[in-house]
Amino acid sequence: MENDILKIENFYAYYGTICILQNINLRFTKNHAISILGPSGCGKTTLLRCINRMHELADDASIKGKILLSGKDIYDTEPMLIRRRIGMVFQKPNPFPTMNIYDNVIAGYKLNSIKLKRSESDKIVEESLIKADLWEQVRDNLYKRGTFLSGGQQQRLCIARALAMKPDILLLDEATASLDPKATSNIEKLINQLKHSITIIVVTHNIAQAARVSDYTAFLYSGELIEFGKTGDLFTIPKDKRTEEYLTGKFG
Amino acid sequence: MEKRLKVRQIKDKLFTVVMALFSIAIILPLFFIIFYIVRNGAVEIDWHFITSLPKPVGEIGGISNAIVGTTELIGIATLIAIPIALFTGIYMKEFEKSKLAAVVSSLTDLLQGVPSIVIGIVCYLWIVLPLRSFSLLSGSVALAIMMLPMIIKSTYHSLKLVPDSLKEASLALGTPYYRTVMKVIVPAASSGIITGIILSISRVAGETAPLLFTAFGNPFMNLNITKPVNSLPLLIFNYATSPFSDWQKQAWGASLILIIMVSALNLASKIMEHKWKTTY
Repeated sequence: MENDILKIENFYAYYGTICILQNINLRFTKNHAISILGPSGCGKTTLLRCINRMHELADDASIKGKILLSGKDIYDTEPMLIRRRIGMVFQKPNPFPTMNIYDNVIAGYKLNSIKLKRSESDKIVEESLIKADLWEQVRDNLYKRGTFLSGGQQQRLCIARALAMKPDILLLDEATASLDPKATSNIEKLINQLKHSITIIVVTHNIAQAARVSDYTAFLYSGELIEFGKTGDLFTIPKDKRTEEYLTGKFG
Repeated sequence: MEKRLKVRQIKDKLFTVVMALFSIAIILPLFFIIFYIVRNGAVEIDWHFITSLPKPVGEIGGISNAIVGTTELIGIATLIAIPIALFTGIYMKEFEKSKLAAVVSSLTDLLQGVPSIVIGIVCYLWIVLPLRSFSLLSGSVALAIMMLPMIIKSTYHSLKLVPDSLKEASLALGTPYYRTVMKVIVPAASSGIITGIILSISRVAGETAPLLFTAFGNPFMNLNITKPVNSLPLLIFNYATSPFSDWQKQAWGASLILIIMVSALNLASKIMEHKWKTTY
């Protein structure tokens, strides 16, 4: 199972005494897009935040179980190192308002005081912006503030910022929820391009989006993993009745 | 029906007029203060007044020592107050739910209410008595203590406006917590923080009471922090209460200089706020 980049084993997550996730077991293969689907409050965002150890930032958060990144438990490693290897893009675009576009892309290095030669950082900025499909639009305005971009462009800037760290996995937490349909379809196109070179885990409550972008889909319901499989299989012949009902819009 | 509507419209008009009247009433005293000071002070001010030292009664002196003294007092006070207030403000925001932050917050409110003369006495006991001399240092510490609550509050409130999503963005890149605070959160709040600092400076620039038995006043130029120093408010106080009409006139001139300095700071804070404003 060399291809399993991420393995989640008997994983539980809590806020205080409230159990958010129960006994999650998942295996993600390298360089695919996986979507985590489920009604609001089912714990999908919590699962995503556990994968790069953002969950523990809440005061009363706790976890049980293992998440293995390339065979090594992320909860045995410094959270800062994990977060550099597992990038995250949030629901609302959040470029750093005090930085220009160039500095936003290279922010991961600057904030971690990783020294780069000018030519190296130029290269990383250009590559990341090209990957995020933003280069053509901002190449002449690299030194303008990132907050002047449109919502969709800001979100792609945030993707470029995450990609610049050359992470193994990219997490997208409802990254298109605050965007208009055009910008959403651009981001979806982007996910489809990127998934050949990086593992992407997408949390969404948009069923159609999961079908469009992901190779595998996990369906969560009230903290439990109900079903996991190839997106095509799960959407056409769901094994569990609850999955079927959710996909056909009976609840959620 | 018609009549009731008319009455309501009249009430509306009346309400607007009353608001406007009170707003004008607020401007009037300020206008008279400035008018008076400019009328009496402007004639006193010339190059000689600004650049030379006070002279005995009968000779025409200047107030250079007080201008330099006020600048020194404010400068050192700011250097003392900024780090303390900044870290306190950041702590209050970042650990808002902790007991310590709650205690510090209410003590900050309390400190803001302490009369400035009391702060002066405390600094007299703390610094003047042990060093056996009135000093620039003791005056600066007194002013710094007065600045603390203002800077702490403005820092706290500016930081509160920074959305949590920025902190998450930074942490998600693997940035250590202290660098996230210092490189992402504080810069995003910088315009509010700097505005607060400038306003606190302009607020203490005119303080006299805490300087009476700390900086004390000095007819000569002083650059030594262990020696007494003159300041504009002290000079104005001494000159205006003196029996000599020359000195009384010079007090007007000094008042105008002080007002110009404070207004310049206020203007700077406005420009800063506008120019450095961060949009999230």
